[in-house]
Amino acid sequence: MSSSLAEIALGRSARVARVDGPRAFRRRLLEMGLVPGTEVKVVTVAPLGDPLRIEIRGGQWSLRRKEAAQIAVEL
Amino acid sequence: MSDECCDPAPAVTVPGRPQIALAGNPNVGKTTLFNALTGSSAKVSNYPGITVERRTGELKLPTCTADLHDLPGTYSLNARSAEEQITLDALTGLHGDKAPDAVIVCVDATQLARSGYLLLQCRELGARSVVALTMVDEAGSAAPDPKALSRLIGREVVAVTARTGRGLEELRAAVDRALRAERRSDWVWTPSPALRASLDAVKEALPAEWRSQQRLGVDLPGSDDAIALWALTCIDSGEEADELVGVPATLRAAVEARHAGKDVDDESVLGRWHWLDREVDKLIHKTPDRSLTQKIDRVLLHRAAGFAAFLGVMALLFMALFTGAQPLIDLVDHFFKWIGAELRGVLGAGIFTDFIVDGVIAGVGAVMVFLPQILMLFLFLGFLEDCGYLARVAYLMDRIMRSMNLHGRAFVPMLFGFACAVPAITATRTMERRRDRILTMMVVPLMTCSARLPVYTLIIGALIRGSRVTQSLLMVGMYAFSVTTSLAAAWVMSKTVKPLKAKRLPFIIELPPYRWPRVPDVLRMMWGKSSMFLREAGTVILGCSIALWALLYFPRELPKGSPDYAALIEKAPSAEQKAELAAEEQAAHLEASYGGRLGHAIEPALSPLGFDWKIGVGLIGAFAAREVFISTLGIVYAVGGDADEQSQPLRTHLQRHYTPLTGLSLMIFFALAMQCMSTLAVVRRESRSWRWPAFLFGYMTVLAWVVSCLVYQGGRLLGFG
Repeated sequence: MSSSLAEIALGRSARVARVDGPRAFRRRLLEMGLVPGTEVKVVTVAPLGDPLRIEIRGGQWSLRRKEAAQIAVEL
Repeated sequence: MSDECCDPAPAVTVPGRPQIALAGNPNVGKTTLFNALTGSSAKVSNYPGITVERRTGELKLPTCTADLHDLPGTYSLNARSAEEQITLDALTGLHGDKAPDAVIVCVDATQLARSGYLLLQCRELGARSVVALTMVDEAGSAAPDPKALSRLIGREVVAVTARTGRGLEELRAAVDRALRAERRSDWVWTPSPALRASLDAVKEALPAEWRSQQRLGVDLPGSDDAIALWALTCIDSGEEADELVGVPATLRAAVEARHAGKDVDDESVLGRWHWLDREVDKLIHKTPDRSLTQKIDRVLLHRAAGFAAFLGVMALLFMALFTGAQPLIDLVDHFFKWIGAELRGVLGAGIFTDFIVDGVIAGVGAVMVFLPQILMLFLFLGFLEDCGYLARVAYLMDRIMRSMNLHGRAFVPMLFGFACAVPAITATRTMERRRDRILTMMVVPLMTCSARLPVYTLIIGALIRGSRVTQSLLMVGMYAFSVTTSLAAAWVMSKTVKPLKAKRLPFIIELPPYRWPRVPDVLRMMWGKSSMFLREAGTVILGCSIALWALLYFPRELPKGSPDYAALIEKAPSAEQKAELAAEEQAAHLEASYGGRLGHAIEPALSPLGFDWKIGVGLIGAFAAREVFISTLGIVYAVGGDADEQSQPLRTHLQRHYTPLTGLSLMIFFALAMQCMSTLAVVRRESRSWRWPAFLFGYMTVLAWVVSCLVYQGGRLLGFG
């Protein structure tokens, strides 16, 4: 089953399937290690509902919902 | 002995003093390592034309002394913006500086794969690299074996703990050896035939000074491939144009002819990551323990508790800057007044004395008065940054700030704006992108700074008749007005001013593990940044202070028919009358000064706002600092230059001359106008251009004039005033 990183339930692990979006945006995310196959998890949502706190490769990042929607994941 | 490694040793040419670069991801302990390696020799300066700090220090090696350059932390060398380009340029020697003779790459033992990515790029470029494996203590048993890592990547790896000094000597020795090694370009992935063809075509278009033969002094095809790959990846036009500077047109054309796109990105980025995922996994058998960070984040990033904690931290910071610094500011202020008074006594009356005391000494005082707040600000910011909380501020505040197209980290400078715009603008440095920094700088001066407070107090007290409650509400209203206008201004500018428009880059911020900041690192950074403020902004502020003094002092000639004050004072029977006459003389001199004439000259422009030439002179004086408006007005009304906002004689004069409507118009003007040369000086320094302070001055002045005019004329139409 596939959906975007912005849609998966908190705490649920998924795998990156594809990163969409403009070229520079996409490359930045890939270079940070969000390459297809990488395990990713949304840890928490900021108090005001955005951005998301995600975990990849043992590191945590803040990523906006709109941007997370560009990352297709497989559960 | 000392020049052994500086000899043109076999196969290596390292003429002169070896130049070593220190590269690494953000948050990997790079600065701590830099401080540990260079000790007290470090110097902070700026890269030309840009506010990215450049730290350089002396690196003692076993056989010689080298220069160590701390490069801005980065996750990748694929630069698209002017800021990111610094690291690429500094590593490759593409522009100006020559390529470093060796590179120390910091690799985080707890984030091996991610920091390994940068290392792979350095290897492709043909840098003589040595790996400093940092955070080994934090990784504990999850740390990789340095020897195994070294075998894997074919470069020396030294585990270092800068805190205790462990590994530093081995690292120095390894750098020394690396300087003698031959340059090699190593790739862990092989370009496909299609990419190969593109690389070859782009390589043809590389200017001679970008080829390895000139950059590195040796022909290294792999390094040229790496530059060609960077060009194919990062040079873009049209919708997604890059912001790179100094790219030759022929190269740009060659890249565009290849129509490179996402497939090139995929091939190179995934090529490196697949190798990292495969190989690095073999070196790591455990994940590092992050339970402490998780526990702290459960509170500090909690929906309710996290927000409360955030407000608490910010309130503490604000109080420290707003009230905590006040005794020190007063101390500095009194000190310079005291020196001035003492000097006046020694030098006696005269133009030279006035120049030294009121021009130079007061000007130095005007600079030094910022020092307590600047020192405190950088102390707190350094602490918050190093412990990892500042990244979380951006996470917590992003939603609000983004709605105005501001960066999440802009919250801190905006808050400091309530104390003083000058330290607040220096705090914009915590944002990486120039666009975010400039936009914040453009709106911070709209916040109600502490220098506006006495002006409001005077006007409200003198001109707004009403109960205490009405007066207090008006004061609160001025604060609310400033927050609204600055947020609205950010939104409007981000939509209309081209360089300030929001870019479509991901807002991805690392939330590093919590760490105890190292006190020496924080103090060193505080001192480095503060002294740079004094050097760069301080000189401009001093120059402006002296110029402003001269404007309001010269030509020292009273118009014909003026009374002979010296004789009158001589004859006056009482000390009170003498003082009155002296104040009148001072007022006459101010009116006759160039500044006074300027006040008269701009009166037609000010009268639609309800201001006369006297307020005009006050506004000119207020450029030194907004509260100087009060003392200037004190001189104009001959109640003396020591009048403050509580001065009853001054209030009486104001009541006699102005209506409440003029008072309101004047407050609006003060809220919106760019009445502060120190702010302009610091924006000049932080933006590295005259264009932005000019823009700031222009838009705020126009805004202030228009809104004040609307208020005054509208008020008159409605029958007020």
